[in-house]
Amino acid sequence: MRLPRALGGWGVAITGLAGDARASQPLNYLVSHGLQNDVTLPLTKALIAVSLTVVLIIGLLIVAAILRRPGLQPVAGARLEVGPEGGGLSWIWIGVGLSSLVLLASIAWTVAVLGQTVHPPSKPKTRIEVTAHQWWWEVRYVDENPALDFATADEIHIPAGEPVAFKLIGGDVIHSFWVPLLGGKTDLIPGLTNESWLQADTPGTYRGQCAEYCGAQHAHMAFLVVAQSPQDFRRWRDSQLQSPAAPQGEAAQGAQLFTMHCGSCHSVRGTDAGGVLGPDLSHLMQRQSLAAATLPNDPAHLSQWVSDPQAIKPGAYMQKPELTAAELAAIRA
Amino acid sequence: MSASEYERTPGIGDSVRHPEIGERLKRLWESEPGLRGWLTTVDHKKIGLRYIVTAFAFLVIGGIEALIFRLQLSWPNRHVLTPEQYDQLFSTHGMTMIFLYALPILSGFSNYLWPLVLGARDMALPRLNALSYWIYLFSGIFLYAAFIAGFGPNDGWFNYVPYAARAFNGGPNIDFYSLGMVLFGMSTTVGAINFVVTFLRMRAPGMSINRVPMITWGTVTANAGNLFAVPSVSLAFFMLWLDRNAGTHFFDVPGGGQPLLWQHLFWMFGHPWVYAIVLPAMGMVSEALPVFCRRPLVGYTAVALATVATMVLGFGVWVHHMFATGLPPIALSFFSAASIIIVVPSAVGVFAWIATIWLGKPVFATPFLFFAGFILLFTMGGVSGYMTGSLPVDWQLTDTYFVVAHLHYVLIGINVFPVVGATYYWFPKFTGKLMDERLGRWNFWTMFLGFNLGFFPMHVSGLLGMPRRIYTYADGMGWDWLNLITTVGGFVFATGVLLFLINVVISHRRGRPAGDNPWDSPSLEWATTSPPPPYNFAVIPTVASRYPLWEDRMPRSVRESATEAGLVLDHGREAVGTGPLDAQPDIILKMPSDTIVPFVLALMLTVLFVGLVLHWWWLAVLGLLGTGAAALVWLWPRAELGETAEAKSG
Repeated sequence: MRLPRALGGWGVAITGLAGDARASQPLNYLVSHGLQNDVTLPLTKALIAVSLTVVLIIGLLIVAAILRRPGLQPVAGARLEVGPEGGGLSWIWIGVGLSSLVLLASIAWTVAVLGQTVHPPSKPKTRIEVTAHQWWWEVRYVDENPALDFATADEIHIPAGEPVAFKLIGGDVIHSFWVPLLGGKTDLIPGLTNESWLQADTPGTYRGQCAEYCGAQHAHMAFLVVAQSPQDFRRWRDSQLQSPAAPQGEAAQGAQLFTMHCGSCHSVRGTDAGGVLGPDLSHLMQRQSLAAATLPNDPAHLSQWVSDPQAIKPGAYMQKPELTAAELAAIRA
Repeated sequence: MSASEYERTPGIGDSVRHPEIGERLKRLWESEPGLRGWLTTVDHKKIGLRYIVTAFAFLVIGGIEALIFRLQLSWPNRHVLTPEQYDQLFSTHGMTMIFLYALPILSGFSNYLWPLVLGARDMALPRLNALSYWIYLFSGIFLYAAFIAGFGPNDGWFNYVPYAARAFNGGPNIDFYSLGMVLFGMSTTVGAINFVVTFLRMRAPGMSINRVPMITWGTVTANAGNLFAVPSVSLAFFMLWLDRNAGTHFFDVPGGGQPLLWQHLFWMFGHPWVYAIVLPAMGMVSEALPVFCRRPLVGYTAVALATVATMVLGFGVWVHHMFATGLPPIALSFFSAASIIIVVPSAVGVFAWIATIWLGKPVFATPFLFFAGFILLFTMGGVSGYMTGSLPVDWQLTDTYFVVAHLHYVLIGINVFPVVGATYYWFPKFTGKLMDERLGRWNFWTMFLGFNLGFFPMHVSGLLGMPRRIYTYADGMGWDWLNLITTVGGFVFATGVLLFLINVVISHRRGRPAGDNPWDSPSLEWATTSPPPPYNFAVIPTVASRYPLWEDRMPRSVRESATEAGLVLDHGREAVGTGPLDAQPDIILKMPSDTIVPFVLALMLTVLFVGLVLHWWWLAVLGLLGTGAAALVWLWPRAELGETAEAKSG
């Protein structure tokens, strides 16, 4: 597969970036880090190669057909010779015949890949329910033991090297769940529940993105999939299940303010903030990003986001809270 | 008037020796001058040109919209537009190009050319033709009035629910779009009926089904398809309007409705529509390319059958727009295979065109450049479509810029390039003047290079994961330079379109006189003057081969077709009706005279829709009554058209 590699290379060259695609081209699905994409990618590259070859052959044929004998310059009204009707049908027989063989082979390969991607290779042990909302992702870990269930948002941790099952629920309008480096898209459609699975080959952070137009902030509806070694994943899961430590000092004041100003929409486990309209913010400070992977998660960006969400995601449902700078600082603490 | 009037044996005349036949026909067929004549004409040539001018106006408007949002996307995090402005612009751009430009431009060419290439005096249903244009114009104004008022569509051209439902889209935007599309659908439907009937009944005597010009195959196939496809989308939009305004629950989830129902109804229309807006353009190429290769098209029968096969298969692939919706994989795999197999009939066309160039002697005129360029762009749009047809691959490609690249290669490559080439080719017939060749070459190369510069990189940004319909993007995604190149290419392409328009204006003012048949073409439209007289042909031509005007130079053929001598039909506006297969003449048709009724009916229908969208029920009732009254006047039996009992029996 030389041609597609050249194409990928061209893409890298043109963007002036190289190295780990997860960092420089976080949605480039010509790079695979997941089982589904591992299986699909050879087919994708083969189709690109076939396509480029066909365009090259047809292009050369057109040029050759034009140049093989001296052309005529147009003279208005001139009566010219006319060639005989008939002939040339062998072009259609051969051209269409060869194309059909390639097409049939493509269908066969498509079906073969389909057989490997529809179902995970083994029964997934981790099950995650994802509900898409305008414009964030509600993530719910579901266990046979309900005591181990918990919710988070916009950042999905999974164990690497094993399949994870996703139950995809449409919260309001249609969205599409997509982690390009790991696998293809599945829509989240209100009134339906879709199933999907992913398996990350190695630990790492993979960017996901809503792929179906869903309104004003469709552009800013991303998420992160953090694949961890199974041990790290279990550790993370246990830490999520714990209630946050009771806050002290300024932070205690902030927690009160949070409950008052934010708690009607957002929840934090183990506190009085129990809103369900917005993302669950338990253990927010352990997440890598804010506002559906729009901003990096650090105190400065957090202040910027909370103080005026509409400046960053105009049209989002989070309103500008009535907070003074001091109050904001307290919440941040 | 008696029955024998329709079955009489008309006289045979020679239009060259008896120029007075033409003078008599001119008095019968010419439209009145002035505004009245302008509003009442049913002349297919005037209607055709109006279609073309209106559609090009929408192309320019839709293009400007694209240039504006390309500025927004030219670099990460730009603030040229707010999200809402961006959403309305990209949706209106899609609506404009796909509905208000792509089909109407082809209907315009077909309207103008069909009676001429078929050797007829007019379309079969001239008043319906006028109605079709007026509804098109009014639906375009209706949709754009909303856009100018700030209520343009904002959910993309395919308008998925539930985002299009009242709960998420509270403004009147979608109401305007829904009703505008229902209105537009009426225009398409009556136009389609007219093409199908004209194809079956209005061909010159002797033009049997295997002798019709290639351009008609594309158009008749597309319009037969439209008759089945358009009801689906009109119904869907009307149901959506009911959901939004009358509390029905077709698509509304809490009420037990199904969002996927919208997608099925829309794409059962949407995919055949894609073929409807490319097949007539492919027909233009099959018609005109051979003229510049100095030989007939290779594989006439194969290309005609492939055209029909594409349309038929085109009804069986709609689900490939829904590969990511979670439908069962077994069902999806059938649609995947069908979407790949549909490449076969397209391949027939590509190899037929190349073989025609290969075996002919190319004439390097501007239309030839556009048609040859088209073959390459067609191939590129085809192979990217083949890639998206493969189900697991499409799970990655769908809803990225790869699809945006694909659909623009299809719509610009297979519609705009042939249309511009066709304009260069038929402009002499429309106006009697040639377009400028030098400017034409600049025009072609600017459009061709600009197009590829702008749209090819979209394939790459798609492969790098750039989703469609995002109003901005962060830096560090690897898309920055690609988008800048796309924006630059878009502006170069727009410059090419501008050169084209300049050429049209300059050539219209002071182009060189063209004569009747400047390209030495074989088909009947070149047998009459440029521009043609209101009655098209003084005597009805008789056709004995596929290439009547080349017969004298084609080996092993006898000159049998006749264009100078033929049936004289001059008892009022008359045309000859012929059989659908062999085109044997079987009746004299009485053609309607100019009338204001189609204009009034279209206007009243629009009043009805304005009343509905604004909830001004009194206005809706007024529009409904006006529509009914106009229809009554239209359908009132007339003796001169042979519609009364006396006229029939007497």
